[in-house]
Amino acid sequence: MNYWYCLKCLYFRSVFYEPDGCLCVYNLVMILLQRDLQRTPSVATFAHLTNSLKHMSTVSTGLFRSSLGRKYLMALSGLFLCTFLIVHLIGNLQLFAGDGGQAFNVYSYFMTHNPLIKIVAYVNYAFILLHVFDGLYLTMQNRKARPQGYAKVDQSKSSTWSSRNMGILGTLILVFLIVHMRTFWFEMKFGNMPVISYDGDPIQYKDMYVVVVEAFEQAWYSALYVISMFALAFHLYHGFQSGFQSIGLNHHRYTPTIKSVGTFLFGILIPALFAAMPIFFYIKSL
Amino acid sequence: MKITLKVWRQQNGKTPGEFKTYQLNDVSEDMSFLEMFDILNDDLVRKQDEPVAFDHDCREGICGMCSMYINGRAHGPMTGTTTCQLHMRHFKDGDTIVVEPWRATAFPIIKDLMVDRSAFDRVIQAGGFVSVNTGNAVDANSVPIPKQDADKAFDAAACIGCGACVATCKNASAMLFVSAKVSQLALLPQGQPERHIRVKKMVEIMDAEGFGNCTNTGACEVECPKEISLENIARMNRDYLVANIAD
Ligand code: SF4
Ligand code: FES
Repeated sequence: MNYWYCLKCLYFRSVFYEPDGCLCVYNLVMILLQRDLQRTPSVATFAHLTNSLKHMSTVSTGLFRSSLGRKYLMALSGLFLCTFLIVHLIGNLQLFAGDGGQAFNVYSYFMTHNPLIKIVAYVNYAFILLHVFDGLYLTMQNRKARPQGYAKVDQSKSSTWSSRNMGILGTLILVFLIVHMRTFWFEMKFGNMPVISYDGDPIQYKDMYVVVVEAFEQAWYSALYVISMFALAFHLYHGFQSGFQSIGLNHHRYTPTIKSVGTFLFGILIPALFAAMPIFFYIKSL
Repeated sequence: MKITLKVWRQQNGKTPGEFKTYQLNDVSEDMSFLEMFDILNDDLVRKQDEPVAFDHDCREGICGMCSMYINGRAHGPMTGTTTCQLHMRHFKDGDTIVVEPWRATAFPIIKDLMVDRSAFDRVIQAGGFVSVNTGNAVDANSVPIPKQDADKAFDAAACIGCGACVATCKNASAMLFVSAKVSQLALLPQGQPERHIRVKKMVEIMDAEGFGNCTNTGACEVECPKEISLENIARMNRDYLVANIAD
């Protein structure tokens, strides 16, 4: 009689042990709603939400002031950037369409003109900044937690190399991002780009494809890309699964799957496909 | 066996320390690591030198006192062992062994290899009390607990507070310890009434004591003598989130 089967999250639970029901997303939302309904009998207000967010980030014991809260931010921003990466990759694979860049240019136009995409893009930049500054802050705190290091350290048997070097890998990725944004994003926005139009389409498209191809024809530029994709691979190999652990999702049945997605999709496939682009255009130019 | 020891010597927390090298010519491979230190100290005392200060108590792997960072690893090369349960047969004749104290801001050095781990006590204190009914002793079976829950709670309760997790963590984070202390009660019915307030307070003190932030390297789980699982850290992450959202 101890167990019941939660029809919401489809998992066995004992009511007795979890006074709020199980800790599934469904119940978390219900808890939140119930609290709000008790306080403001009509509808949960936006002001109330911003108030609690303010409380969480300003009061010294607030959620986002704690080490765990800052890890939640790290995890959530990181996982958001992971999903962005998939979208970015799928879009860019059109470089391989073999149509002289038409599909890619139309896609670039769409990405820079659709208002919804624009909003998501700014959210994305905000998350990158959050991830960088939060990571910097946490790293500085960690330095303070051990000012004098050990004379002899042997961590190779207890943890992976990438898990110990997330900061360095992240810095490499950031440097890459700056170069990357300068060559493509900045050019697209403010640069003097050649334009091109296609049959039966009145729009003048900026010829992003040519810019990409020209960039990748330079050996040093392509090399920087490939090296950065290695950094990305190692960063995500640890980062993807680590994000789940940070927000408390560790389950004997699902965690192995999360880890293999982190290894094969984010640690190998995605960086490899990104790296394939400069390699392809560089070799083509030879 | 012949063993060369490089041991960290430091008068107290205020003076800087340094490594001293000692030569031991007659180490038996059946000795524990601490027994080797007994021999070393015996030598030093006979030579009117000051013996190496190190913590120890039970010498059977249950008290968690014997903190030593040996050759770059907490409690030495074996996993799932304390220093007192580490035997010299795991080293080779002629080896040089580097021995350092736990290094963390939250664990200040008292002398030589001894550190002050009372930050852990303050984290436990912050957890507060557990609601229990007073009066007559209740029947043992009146609160049924499923076997797997009892086992998980017991596994978490096996933590001996040795501090190896902090010592081995590249960030000197105490997440494994604190999460074990949170979990052992969060998994049992007796721990429910204060479940949310407990996790909040323990995390607050953990941060205030100056431990670092977890980056999920997993080194603590590997070096923990009681093999406390990372699942406990996830449980604490979850409970803390729920506690902050729910009240
Ligand atoms: S969790 Fe393990 S390593 Fe950490 S204090 Fe407890 S027993 Fe020691
Ligand atoms: S002396 Fe008690 S655990 Fe080693």
